[in-house]
Amino acid sequence: MTLEAFFFYAFATLALGGAALAVTRPSAVHAAIALMVSLLGVAGLYLLLTAEFLFVAQIILYIGGILLLFLFVIMLVNLDAGRGLRQFHRRWPVGAAVTAVAGVVLAVLWSRVQLPPAQRMPETGNVELVADTLLQDYLVPFEVVSLLLLVAVVGSVLLARKRA
Amino acid sequence: MHYVAVSLGLLLIGTAGLLLRRNIVIILMSIELILNAVNLNLVAFSRHHGNAAGQVFAIFVIAVAVAEAAVGLGILLALFRNRETVQVDEVDLLKW
Repeated sequence: MTLEAFFFYAFATLALGGAALAVTRPSAVHAAIALMVSLLGVAGLYLLLTAEFLFVAQIILYIGGILLLFLFVIMLVNLDAGRGLRQFHRRWPVGAAVTAVAGVVLAVLWSRVQLPPAQRMPETGNVELVADTLLQDYLVPFEVVSLLLLVAVVGSVLLARKRA
Repeated sequence: MHYVAVSLGLLLIGTAGLLLRRNIVIILMSIELILNAVNLNLVAFSRHHGNAAGQVFAIFVIAVAVAEAAVGLGILLALFRNRETVQVDEVDLLKW
């Protein structure tokens, strides 16, 4: 087994195992920690795919930002009151059936797909390449995203503040 | 293609969590898992086609995920203040 294959399977195990733990733990704090493991695994996969910029962005934004937000909210709403309760929906067979059907269909698609031959990335560094693409070809969506973030900030502050 | 299989697994785990769990915070985490599956697919195909546009799209997806998490958790805080619950099936004011 080559080194790359070893790291691939290690990171894939982290990502999938963490995800499975995150959706099954009864305690929300444990689920958040498991989600962190899963996100770290995905970050490692980005590194294997030579997407260094996304590797750093994943760790800073997802683990440093979103996960911290989750932990703060868990602290604010005292989720452990719901620990002893039923964790799954009363109509869980429907959800499980939908998931199973989607899984079978996507797995069949996955096994039949024919990819065109692989091409090489240009030899410049990954960060330069992403920056060129982002700021030359996708400049307008980039600016729209900043507007979206502004709206999200104002909206979440409005939603979460106490009624005067 | 192995990366796409991992992404498929993440998507299915996220879907299962989204549809089966009662806790709203866990449901939001499942949405993050699904978005991560999408990102992994985008980056894998970006590598395969030798084109950085997929990675740029993954950056956009991360930005939208941040906005979604902020707004979703804000809604969750407002909901908890009004109803004192975080279980989705106890939030049934609009149910007929």
